[in-house]
Amino acid sequence: MGAVVVFCEVTDDGNAVRSASLPALAAAAELAKHQGGPVVAVVIGGAGLAGGAGADVAKYAARVLCYEGAALAAPLAETWAPQLADAVKRAGASALIGTATSTGKDVLPRAAALLGAGMASDVIGVLGAKEFRRPAYAGNALESVEVSGDVLVASVRQTAFAPMAAGAAGAVETVAVAAADALGAEHLGVRGTKSARPDLSDAKVVVSGGRGMKEAANFKILEELTDLMGGALGASRAAADAGMVPNALQVGQTGKVVAPQLYVAVAISGAIQHLAGMKGSKVIVAINKDPEAPIFQVADYGLVATWEQAIPQMIAEVKKVKANG
Amino acid sequence: MKILVTAKRVPNPEQKLKIAAGQIDLSAASWQVNTFDEYAVETALRLTEKGKGGERVGEVVVVSIGPKEVSQQLRGVLAMGADRALLVGAEDAALDADAVARILKAVVEREKPDLVVLGKQTVDGDSNQVGQVLAGLLGWPQATFLASIRAAADGKSATVTREVDAGVEEKRVRLPAVVTVDLRIIGKKAVRNDALAPEGAEWEETQRYASLKGIMAAKKKEIKELSLADLGVTAAPLMKVKAYEAPAGRKAGIKVASVEELVAKLHNEAKVI
Repeated sequence: MGAVVVFCEVTDDGNAVRSASLPALAAAAELAKHQGGPVVAVVIGGAGLAGGAGADVAKYAARVLCYEGAALAAPLAETWAPQLADAVKRAGASALIGTATSTGKDVLPRAAALLGAGMASDVIGVLGAKEFRRPAYAGNALESVEVSGDVLVASVRQTAFAPMAAGAAGAVETVAVAAADALGAEHLGVRGTKSARPDLSDAKVVVSGGRGMKEAANFKILEELTDLMGGALGASRAAADAGMVPNALQVGQTGKVVAPQLYVAVAISGAIQHLAGMKGSKVIVAINKDPEAPIFQVADYGLVATWEQAIPQMIAEVKKVKANG
Repeated sequence: MKILVTAKRVPNPEQKLKIAAGQIDLSAASWQVNTFDEYAVETALRLTEKGKGGERVGEVVVVSIGPKEVSQQLRGVLAMGADRALLVGAEDAALDADAVARILKAVVEREKPDLVVLGKQTVDGDSNQVGQVLAGLLGWPQATFLASIRAAADGKSATVTREVDAGVEEKRVRLPAVVTVDLRIIGKKAVRNDALAPEGAEWEETQRYASLKGIMAAKKKEIKELSLADLGVTAAPLMKVKAYEAPAGRKAGIKVASVEELVAKLHNEAKVI
C-alpha cells in the first residue's frame, strides 16, 4: 500500500506545527507500519509557510508537502480540503490522517468526499492497515471499524496517542498555490479566548467547575487551585451556558475531550455529555455536595462536600504538599 | 427560503446500552430524533419565521433515512412545524457517512433547497461527517458546528459563528450552502433571517416541543416514502463496524472523608500531585 498523509495544523504565527497535530503524526507512523509506506506531512497556509511551520514539521516526518499561497491564508474547508486531496494523489497515498480538532473535524470529511473515501472519526487505536478502534454512543461503546476502498481517511483523538517525538530531518517541498476557489465562503475572523494556562486538550491537570459554582466570580477560587497545580480550567455545559466561563472551556461531547493525569470535577453532577469528554482521564476526583451525583460513579476519589468548604482547604493542603516536595 | 433539514432516528442516549457478543442489542431501545438534529429543525423553523409564534414564510422539508418505523419520529418533527417529510428506506447497517451523504445529495438535487441544515453529529455514531461530506460532494460551501446563523435580507448569504478550538470563528457563506449546528444554536437570539425577523427578535432558549395544535396539523402533512432506486443511488458503506465492545469500566473508586485525606491520597497513592 501507499504513503500515509498527515494533515498538520500550524500555529497562528505560521512558524510551528500545533501540538495538537503531534498525536496524529504518531498515529500515522503506527498506521504506516501496517501499510508499508512512508509518512508524508502536509501543511497548508499563506505565503512563506515552508520556511516556518514547514521546517518545523520536518522534524517529525521524512517528507513535508507545504501548500502555500495567499489564497490559502484563511482556514477554509472549501479551499483546504482540495489541497489535502491533491497531497494524497501527489504522495501516492492510501491514507489521510489528522487530529480531530475543530479544524480537522471540519476539513477531513470534506477531503474524504473529494477522494471518494470512507472515513473513521475520532480514532483511539490503530488495529491494522484498514482497521481502527473508535468510541461511539458518547463513549459508552467502542467500535472496531474497517474502512475499505483505495484511500481511507481517519481523524484521531488527540488524547489517545502520545505526541510524536522530534528526530527526523525531512525534506520540505513547496507547492505554490496561485488560486483556490472558496465557493463564496469568507473567513471573517476569530474572537480568541487567550489564556496563559496550558491548552485544555494537553494539560496534565484539569480543574472543572459545574452548575453548583453558581456564578462567574466563584470560578476565581477554582482558578487559584488550577494555577497552583499548573493545570487548565474547564467547565460543564451548565456552567458555560450560564455564562460563568467562556464556552471554549466546556468539556464534553460538545466542547473539548480531555484525558489529563488528574481531572478534578467540582460541583459537576456528571451528565453523559460531560462524562464523554473526560472519562479517559487517568485519575478522576469528584467534589460534590450531592452523594448521589452520577459523577461519583466514574471518580477514583469522591468527596461529598460543598466547594465553599472543600476548595479553600484543598488549596491549603496542596500548598503544604508542594512545600514539602 | 426553502430549507432541507435532517432527522435521524437514534436510541435514547440516556438508556443503558446492551452490548453482548460484539453487538449492540437495540431490540428494547426507545427511539427518538437525534438531539443535534432537533436543534437543526429548530434552526430551520426559526429561519422561516418573522418572530416567535409569528407568521412563517418559506418551506422546511425534513428528511430521514431508515426503516419504515422512522415515520413516527418524522411525524414528531412535522408536529414541531416542518411542512413535509421525506423518508428514504434503507437499513442502518448499509449506511455510513459516505452513503448517507450520497443519498442526501440525490435528495438535494431533487428538492433544490437554498440551505441544508444538519445536526453536527448523531449521538449514536458520533462520527461528525455527513454535513461536510455532503457539502464536498455538492461542491457547496459549508459551515459546521454553528453557534449562530443570520441569513442576509437578500437571501444570498448567511453569516455564522462557530465554536472552534481557538475561540469563536465568524464565517460568511454564499447560499446554497450546507450547515451543521451545535447546541448553542438554540440560544434566544442565535438564529435570524433578516428578510423576515426584526432586529432583536427572540425565541425560547430551547428546541420547541410539539403543541396539540401542531400534532393535529401534522396528521395531515405528507410523509413521502422514497426508495434508493427512486433516487438512483446504491448504499454501500465504505466504513463498516465489525464489532462493538463495552469500554473497560473504571475501577471502583473510594469516598474520602476529608480534603486532607484526598490530597494525601493524590500525593502518596495516585502520585498526581
